[in-house]
Amino acid sequence: MAAQPYGLVAVFDTAPDIYHAAERVRDAGYKFWDCITPCPVHGLDRAMGVRRSRVPRISLMGGILGFTTGMLLIYFTDAYDYPLIVGGKPFFSPMFAFPVSYELTILFTAFATIGGMFILNGLPMHYHPVLKSNHILRGLDDKFLVVIEARDPKFNLNATRALLENIGGKEITELEA
Amino acid sequence: MAHAAESNYPTPAILQEVKPAVLPRATLVENNRSFGWVTDKICGIIEGKTPTWWWVCFVLAAMVASFTIAGLIYLVATGVGVWGHANPVNWAWDIVNFVFWIGIGHAGTLISAILCLLRQKWRTSINRAAEAMTIFAVVCAAIFPVFHVGRVWFAWYLFPIPSANSIWQNFRSPLEWDVFAVSTYGTVSVLFWYVGLIPDLAILRDRFTAAGNRLRGFLYGIFAMGWRGSNRHWSNYEMAYLILAGIATPLVLSVHTIVSFDFAVSLIPGWHTTIFPPYFVAGAIFSGFGMVLTLMLPLRAIYGLEDLITQYHIDCMCKITLATGTIVGYAYGMEFFIAWYGANPYEGFAFINRAFGQYAWAYWIMITCNVLTPQFFWFKSIRRNTALVWVLSIFVNVGMWFERFVIIVTSLARDFVPSSWGYYSPSVVEIFTFFGTFGVFSVLFLLFIRFLPVMPMAEIKAVMPQGDPHGHPASASGHGNHGAH
Repeated sequence: MAAQPYGLVAVFDTAPDIYHAAERVRDAGYKFWDCITPCPVHGLDRAMGVRRSRVPRISLMGGILGFTTGMLLIYFTDAYDYPLIVGGKPFFSPMFAFPVSYELTILFTAFATIGGMFILNGLPMHYHPVLKSNHILRGLDDKFLVVIEARDPKFNLNATRALLENIGGKEITELEA
Repeated sequence: MAHAAESNYPTPAILQEVKPAVLPRATLVENNRSFGWVTDKICGIIEGKTPTWWWVCFVLAAMVASFTIAGLIYLVATGVGVWGHANPVNWAWDIVNFVFWIGIGHAGTLISAILCLLRQKWRTSINRAAEAMTIFAVVCAAIFPVFHVGRVWFAWYLFPIPSANSIWQNFRSPLEWDVFAVSTYGTVSVLFWYVGLIPDLAILRDRFTAAGNRLRGFLYGIFAMGWRGSNRHWSNYEMAYLILAGIATPLVLSVHTIVSFDFAVSLIPGWHTTIFPPYFVAGAIFSGFGMVLTLMLPLRAIYGLEDLITQYHIDCMCKITLATGTIVGYAYGMEFFIAWYGANPYEGFAFINRAFGQYAWAYWIMITCNVLTPQFFWFKSIRRNTALVWVLSIFVNVGMWFERFVIIVTSLARDFVPSSWGYYSPSVVEIFTFFGTFGVFSVLFLLFIRFLPVMPMAEIKAVMPQGDPHGHPASASGHGNHGAH
């Protein structure tokens, strides 16, 4: 097992190539594999069979938490902990509490969205077999890569290599684990 | 997949007969450049040797910035009285400058968020620099209210932090709303900017490491968070970016709305009007686009970015400036109408006084710069004259500063009781402090263009024809069926 590579990487030149290659790898039944692209490619999620991102759920939780925090903060400070008469206005009203709660909704949603994106992506991860490969420089520049991981149950060094060749992949190499 | 099926449908017979005009999509990157060219061009700005003009500008900007620093040190050492405010004008240049700078920032968020939601793909080549402009403008804006509080070391009293005084902030005041609006705006702008930077920082990390500059590779690498262009990551990233755009849109509208509440919620004639929120937002976007043009046109010329910031981009920016400038002009007219129609003698007097009173000079500078200047952008020949567009954009900046001056100072100098009338002139300290903020802004912007990619490479690639997985040729028609996805 020690000599087992992390996976196989193949290079593709154009966005249509990677799009069709992704459909083929998906249909071959692989689960642990990925495309490395310099920019988000329209429709590649569906071609890969990646399901819709779950970031919005985390964002929603952040938004609800932010709004609640705003309302409770203002109720606690101005109406409960130290009520102070200012201009004969009520100690608490959702009307004047709204602008601050609104801003906190946005603030907490932003943090939840970005935090959620990092958590779901497993980032930061500064060491990764893909980053060690010589291909990554081009994969972020103008090439498109397919990486199939060795831990995939369907992975077989020769069969997988044949699949990548078959779908038009070039410079197929093993990735060091 | 779906589009492939759609394009297989036979063309309806009616279309064969009427032959509707097929309008070409504007090319966003000219000369059919490759992905590699985009990467090399934008990274080349950072990787190349520091140009001489950069050092000249940097030193000049730092010298200008020292005026703000000296002004603030003098203020803290002496007291807030070194500024020219006195009864009845207790809000003056500080708040004028604050609103001016905050307004400038708004174009950055408009470009990055609202145009993203509206799928205006031309935003990609200008959004990074515009977002940087937003952040630096918020930095400059924040200086003024923070130092206007007088004892700046107590500025943390603005936030609900428990203290030995036990007393809390007054959340019934729009000034406290503003604290939350501006600090949220600053924070979210930084987050949005940073998220956009991650894929580009990853490119820089790998390029610097490959070139043997391990230190810079390491530094970019820390902030790139180990980004590796994985499509499983892009999926979450795109969703996060869309949500950020979705929340930054109400944010940018609410921030200037709340800034206008600082005035509109008070009872001063000329301030107490319901038109303020939309009028302030339109003015903010107008001034921000003025500043974007002021910054981007020289950048485009110096770095030869004509293929990325095309004439089409300049046209779009000029047209938005024209539209928002006209909205602002409408608001000026409507304010007068309501002052007359509302039949409130104080309100009526405030507006007559603005146009013909002691500050009439400022009012007419404002009208000339904000209402007349953008009207030139109706003409294609003017939009194509880059130098002229740049000069006009400066007029927009000047005009919008005077707008805030007119609103704030004229209303305070002539309120209800003639016995409390006065005339306000700024002190030298105040003038220098404001002058210096242009230096602070320029220093930050110069550092940005030297060390960070001025354009989002990944986003530009995504709108190039090579980034389209369905193989449409460059700028061809037939992109229409993409709209729904």
